Amino acid sequence: MAAPVPPPAPPAKAGGLVAWIYKRLPVEEFIRDQATGYYAPKNFNIWYFFGSLALVVLVLQLATGIFLTMFYKPGEATSFDSVEFIMREVQWGWLIRYMHSTGASVFFIVVYLHMFRSLLYGSYKAPRELLWLIGMLVYLALMAEAFFGYVLPWGNMSFWGAQVIVNLFGTIPVIGPGLVLWIRGDYGIADATLGRFFALHVAAVPLAILLLVVLHLVALRHAGSNNPDGIEIKERVGADGHPLDGIPFHPYYTVKDVVGIGVMLVMLAIVVFFVPSFGGLFLEAPNFEPANPLSTPEHIAPVWYFTPYYAILRAVPDQRLGALLMFLAVALFVFLPWLDRSPVKSMRYRGILSRGALAMFAVCFVVLGYLGLQPAEGLYVILARIFAVGYFAYFILMPWYSRIDKVKPVPERVVFHEHE
Amino acid sequence: MAGDGVIGDNPVDTSRRVFLTSATVATGAIGVGFALVPFISSWMPSERARAFGAPTELDISKIDPGQMVIVFWRKQPIFVVRRTPAMLATLAGHDDRLKDPKSENSDQPPYAKNVQRARNPEYLVLIGVCTHLGCMPKARFEAALPELGADWPGGFFCPCHGSRFDLSGRVFDGSPASVNLRVPPYAYPNDHTLVIGINDVNQKGAA
Repeated sequence: MAAPVPPPAPPAKAGGLVAWIYKRLPVEEFIRDQATGYYAPKNFNIWYFFGSLALVVLVLQLATGIFLTMFYKPGEATSFDSVEFIMREVQWGWLIRYMHSTGASVFFIVVYLHMFRSLLYGSYKAPRELLWLIGMLVYLALMAEAFFGYVLPWGNMSFWGAQVIVNLFGTIPVIGPGLVLWIRGDYGIADATLGRFFALHVAAVPLAILLLVVLHLVALRHAGSNNPDGIEIKERVGADGHPLDGIPFHPYYTVKDVVGIGVMLVMLAIVVFFVPSFGGLFLEAPNFEPANPLSTPEHIAPVWYFTPYYAILRAVPDQRLGALLMFLAVALFVFLPWLDRSPVKSMRYRGILSRGALAMFAVCFVVLGYLGLQPAEGLYVILARIFAVGYFAYFILMPWYSRIDKVKPVPERVVFHEHE
Repeated sequence: MAGDGVIGDNPVDTSRRVFLTSATVATGAIGVGFALVPFISSWMPSERARAFGAPTELDISKIDPGQMVIVFWRKQPIFVVRRTPAMLATLAGHDDRLKDPKSENSDQPPYAKNVQRARNPEYLVLIGVCTHLGCMPKARFEAALPELGADWPGGFFCPCHGSRFDLSGRVFDGSPASVNLRVPPYAYPNDHTLVIGINDVNQKGAA
């Protein structure tokens, strides 16, 4: 295999306007630092699509969201009707809204796969701990964003979902009741609550997400991408000063990512056009009724991307402990870089203990996600308890199993199999 | 005075700089703290929300025995149940299955801290918000309902997460809720009027 060609030199003879701009704005440097001069490992596989896909979904959500804001009217009396107005009367409003609602679920699918990639190849380990932590902040901000967005249509599930989630803060000792009053701005979920959730959803949280995504990319460019072999490619540098196992991000990975983006957009279009509510998983039936403070839906379940945590919350017969464990289930991800004591990063070179633990964790996450959609009774609760134990065991026992696990020798250079 | 005031001629007094920097940072931080107060306070209930939180009146003589009516006080559903003697009789005999039979850890005015959890045992007044996570429990007054078990004495059942409460709103073991349903402040200015939101008839509004 021929060595990758170094990126072409920037147009030195550019004259006129281009030269005028380049002298005043570091366009060339930016392109070189971020794309043509950023060397990424040459052995990326399908798991490495999801970072750039998440960026594309973020842009999709911002674009569709801005247009929805033009027609949506926050308020107890207007929210539900304005969403119906968008769906029935705004030209192509249904398409913009379904792209936004489907985009929310696609965002979480992509982010969960992106996070699983990090668990698979140890991408959270040194020197990428901060990259991982910033990514976790993006995930938290995304959860807040999704929750606020879910309240805005002011359907009955919006109302009762907000009631349940806001009341979670009431379980905090001493300050809980006052905190809940402060969050709602009224003695119940009301107009005041809706207004502030709207402001947070369309301005505050998106700005935070954008800032965090920039930080995430800066940290990535600085530490360099991990890869399926978990090898630091910067340690083997060629005569030209570039990693031997690296290729310029542009054009090699930009072209590859375009294919991934195409596949994702095809799948998004299929959902948007044919199954926008996705069988009640992306849009829940009770939310097609206006909010009714006198009628709790028979069965309250959050949208699918929160159900693993919701199942943990319901599995505990004590409300304070349940809320605490639910919070812990999210927070434990933060500590992964320090819980993992394995000398190697990638699962390719780890033994049965680490691989088994990760497989068990993935199964627990998916099964809890299913159980969170079911009513909290009988066998479902017992199963939720069992799988919650599995979920926490992955994190809590990691310092031990990752240390005693038998690891294989890690090769010096990335492994490349043609037609793998 | 030669050299005085010429930059670079005298040694830099770093301790002064450290002091001035920390003093500036501290003053700025205090200023930011004060500036945050109005923004944080803006999230508390508005004057209008507080005004709408005024006491609510209900004519209880129109409630049939065994019937429940729901009124709103401070955006919360208030359950008012006119309990029959038979319903009151169900309250005895299952203390061992309750988390807080004497309402020691639960939230109610002192006059409702009894088995009936009421000022007047005939009328049960509860905030109809599950103490678990805020769903509205459903009235399930008939005893031994098939889905609630043969030992179900009648009470309230929360459909969201399965909390169960008896006819005084006391929570059963095995419920995710930890405390009994809350009792709002209320008073009877006369024998057919219930006022929710005040503790005694001379009071203007609950704190």
